Amino acid sequence: MPHNTQQLEDFVTQVRRDILRQVHKVNSGHPGGSLGCAEFFVALYQEVMEYSTDFTMDGLNEDLFFLSNGHISPVFYSVLARSGFFPVEELATFRHIDSRLQGHPTTHEGLPGVRIASGSLGQGMSVAIGAAEAKKLNKDSHIVYSLHGDGELQEGQNWEAIMYAAGHKVDNLIATVDLNGQQIDGSTDDVLPMGNVKDKFLAFGWEVLEIEKGNNIVEIIKGLEEAKALTGKGKPVCVLLKTVMGNGVDFMMHTHAWHGKAPNDEQLATGLEQNPETLGDY
Amino acid sequence: MKKYTDTGKKDTRSGFGAGLAELGKTNENVVALCADLTGSLKMDEFKANHPERFFQVGIAEANMIGMAAGMTIGGKIPFTGTFANFSTGRVYDQIRQSVAYSGKNVKICASHAGLTLGEDGATHQILEDIGLMKMLPGMTVINTCDFNQTKAATIAIAEHDGPVYLRFGRPKVANFTPEDQKFEIGKAVQLTEGNDVTIVATGHLVWEALLAAEELEAKGISAEVINIHTIKPLDEEAILASVAKTGCIVTAEEHNFLGGLGESVARVLAENKPAPQEFIATKDTFGESGTPAQLMEKYGLNANAIKNAAEKVIKRK
Repeated sequence: MPHNTQQLEDFVTQVRRDILRQVHKVNSGHPGGSLGCAEFFVALYQEVMEYSTDFTMDGLNEDLFFLSNGHISPVFYSVLARSGFFPVEELATFRHIDSRLQGHPTTHEGLPGVRIASGSLGQGMSVAIGAAEAKKLNKDSHIVYSLHGDGELQEGQNWEAIMYAAGHKVDNLIATVDLNGQQIDGSTDDVLPMGNVKDKFLAFGWEVLEIEKGNNIVEIIKGLEEAKALTGKGKPVCVLLKTVMGNGVDFMMHTHAWHGKAPNDEQLATGLEQNPETLGDY
Repeated sequence: MKKYTDTGKKDTRSGFGAGLAELGKTNENVVALCADLTGSLKMDEFKANHPERFFQVGIAEANMIGMAAGMTIGGKIPFTGTFANFSTGRVYDQIRQSVAYSGKNVKICASHAGLTLGEDGATHQILEDIGLMKMLPGMTVINTCDFNQTKAATIAIAEHDGPVYLRFGRPKVANFTPEDQKFEIGKAVQLTEGNDVTIVATGHLVWEALLAAEELEAKGISAEVINIHTIKPLDEEAILASVAKTGCIVTAEEHNFLGGLGESVARVLAENKPAPQEFIATKDTFGESGTPAQLMEKYGLNANAIKNAAEKVIKRK
């Protein structure tokens, strides 16, 4: 269903609250990358993807999404719940014992909307390619989307997958890389410089599309629609999404400090103040 | 004692190839992925008949396992093929997270297991793969004994919903199980009846166990030989029933004694009815280059070694 920009931004604001509250409650989790990708997830699930909330694992005749950098589960869970996959109240169980909302997303507990476990990095691209190949065999013209961290590209399996997707013309795949330039130990340039990521994907034979304002939902939707138009032409499509880690909570922005750290009571209050309730807290 | 006839030596990997070729005809959801070892895995026939369902991934096993997991989403039944070493240790975390923990219906098919791939040496001779795979929750682990059983197992695992590790090998070994014998996952096959000692074997050591049983019979010792083709889930009832009768057991496998069939059997006995056990297995060592027969002799994995172990374990009763 089409939304106006204000509705989408309100959605994002609520998702930010959900992220902060999930992580704060258990004093663990990954708010930085989650906040940085809030607009992307809302764009994907509210505007771009075709899917049914009547979840089936096989996902025939619908678009699929795979989260490879599973540690940003708070944003995934929030958007899945608020898109209708499971009750929003369940967000209160994030990282609790006996919860379907494990620290990293899994299929093990049967949470609707999740089709693969992720958390050990570098595996999601291969899974997405496999699902895309299955779609081709099934004569299903829908698209497979995936999201990867930029630091995650340091895992070698990605490059096996990137080589395969181009070599075998997996052109029903849109793999987005969250280019926030940060990882646990510091900036990606300090930890393991990756050079020009765009040139690397191009050299491997991918279509590459850059979204410079990766926290602007209008720009993201425009970029993903352009990416969609590039599918079906013999090449896999990479979207380089330039985001700010911790976006929307001023003291969490532009730093790796909040990669895997929860806010305290005071910090939570500040973060929530900056993001007033829009769709109703769980 | 019931006698078995070798109908002609054949490699178990060709049994896999034959089973996969048949699945290609009978089950359109079966897809095959291979990491640059199509000929070695005998996947050529499937590839020739169903090129659209054959995925050559190159020398990139991690991507192969991940892709296989992804292909189950959409109802495919992926069979991956490479050597046992590259099927397990090299991609353990990919199997653990994307296949086992995610509960994906992937069949990991592994050739060239154990010492008997021979001259390539220890870099390729994995003796730890059964242990690696059986430790994964939900993983079924199968090690077949001959061509016929490998073909039957390949066909059977397509009908089983869940991840499977199917282990077979390179050398030509005795082909003695009935061609029409249905493969039942987790159901041991009792080959001979005996009262003095139970010999539980897996893989091509089952044939060595039968040869050992003949030699033992000549010495007046009756051995009950059981083919444990499925190491997980283990047919505990069959083992306990036999040991209740014989009072001792020899386990035989082409694998490290740490983490293999023998340890699984020891756990079952310890939990239920402790009994003396001897382990025919490699003893926490890497392999080396050599002919399969030389390696089986040097590392104590042949009929003679099984016979000696049986005589020893009987004395421990």
